[in-house]
Amino acid sequence: MKAFTYQRAKTPAEAAAAVVKVQGARFIAGGTNLLDLMKLEIETPTLLVDVNGLGLDKIEPTSDGGLRVGALVRNADLAADMRVRRDYGVLSRALVAGASAQLRNKATTAGNLLQRTRCAYFYDPYQPCNKRVPGSGCSAIGGYTRSHAIVGQSEACIATHPSDMAVAMQLLDAKVETVRPDGKARVIPIADFYRLPGTTPHIENTLTAGELITAVTLPKPLGGKHFYHKVRDRASYAFALISVAAVVQPDGSGRVALGGVAHRPWRVAAADQAMPRGAQAVTEQLLAGARTTDDNAFKVPLVQRTLASVMAEAKKA
Amino acid sequence: MDDPIDINQTRRGLMIGGALSVTAAAIPGVGSAQTPGATSPGAATTPAPVTSKVALRVNGQRYEMNVDTRTTLLDLLREHMHLTGTKKGCDQGQCGACTVLVDGRRINSCLSLAVMHEGAEVTTIEGLGTPQKLHPMQAAFVKHDGYQCGYCTPGQICSAVAVLDEIKQGQPSHVTGDITQRPLLSVDELRERMSGNICRCGAYSNIIDAIGEVGGVATGAAAAGAKA
Repeated sequence: MKAFTYQRAKTPAEAAAAVVKVQGARFIAGGTNLLDLMKLEIETPTLLVDVNGLGLDKIEPTSDGGLRVGALVRNADLAADMRVRRDYGVLSRALVAGASAQLRNKATTAGNLLQRTRCAYFYDPYQPCNKRVPGSGCSAIGGYTRSHAIVGQSEACIATHPSDMAVAMQLLDAKVETVRPDGKARVIPIADFYRLPGTTPHIENTLTAGELITAVTLPKPLGGKHFYHKVRDRASYAFALISVAAVVQPDGSGRVALGGVAHRPWRVAAADQAMPRGAQAVTEQLLAGARTTDDNAFKVPLVQRTLASVMAEAKKA
Repeated sequence: MDDPIDINQTRRGLMIGGALSVTAAAIPGVGSAQTPGATSPGAATTPAPVTSKVALRVNGQRYEMNVDTRTTLLDLLREHMHLTGTKKGCDQGQCGACTVLVDGRRINSCLSLAVMHEGAEVTTIEGLGTPQKLHPMQAAFVKHDGYQCGYCTPGQICSAVAVLDEIKQGQPSHVTGDITQRPLLSVDELRERMSGNICRCGAYSNIIDAIGEVGGVATGAAAAGAKA
């Protein structure tokens, strides 16, 4: 691990200003992903600004009947909050499907949104990777691609986003609240938060330099039945091959989002509209134009079957 | 003849001595490195080590130390405080051998910086019980033979203590049927909640028996019989 200086921030604006001032500075909250990457020197921050003292650790009702989740609310606490369990079940389910209890006790809401891909080539400093070293090439293309993206990928990167929580946030139309180094706040709809890889896979979201996430807000509850079905190589503590997040209403309408298929949580408006017509119709919309390899072609039927199982479960009393 | 135990202590002492001398050499660089805006692009490639103060309580005892900012909580416990009960397995948050309780919650101490635990209350396997007065979970692991080589055991035991607490608090898990209700104290719940602790010897069934006994869960043959 490269040496770095360390300081504790006292206010969100102060933290943002501190990070933008020093080249190579980074925020640290839970650190469960950042420290892992620092040990491998994939991340080499010169300064870590500890944001844990900022008091952004509360879950509060919003004036429009939703919830504001502080950026520092731990994944375990968000999953266990009774309002989340009752009104946003898909979010609670997604959280407890991710990582281990030890990691969920440390990992934060904002940090989970910002976690980096688990592409094995990104993690291997001896292989070219456009996400790790822009312009160096993509070792995954033509390599072992079982876990890689089947939609939205580019010639530069075929990595997937690893978060379960973010898939549920996407489904719920969450909004990301931030503060910039000049102290100004803004709100980014999660639909506009993540970027597809394009030619710049190292830029993964629309945050600007020094911009700090302060909260994630959830709109008022959708009702319906909530599902998060995650398919993985082990029954617990593994990243998704694919995952299906869905809210299904009594009349069969609803919405759906996928994890494990793209560089970002994956949602398609036309797929939501196809919900009453069944799993095949929804999958056709979700994965239209999918480009698969021999290694990951299984993801297309796996999405459809997982969706079918969600829909069958939704029909049960 | 050298006593093997002395050789061991000497080796550990040498390693600690080496780490301290590196730290001492680094101190002159601290002032400039901590000045905001003073970091030049060239400095990023070969940054000098930086130390920082941290005060925390471990197993009820207060420690105040000056450590390299890169020191993980795990290395602080093992290399600086000589609390070697907590084990380093993968050092990347995948195996759970380094699990300790911080302010009552279990975390992977390998994925947390020591300097981020200012004011924290840490409990390691040494703080749960002693050979003379075992914690009930430690006693249950002994009784049920919940290990073979023993390397993952301190992490398993710290995790197990937290599992029962988390169920008592009503935290849901991936296998909880209705997440709006309190989770059941069941074998399935124990297994899911212990998935962050890997045992390469495969002592899982005995580990579950041990946790089940402390938690009051029917496990093993009794649970299988109840299901059939």
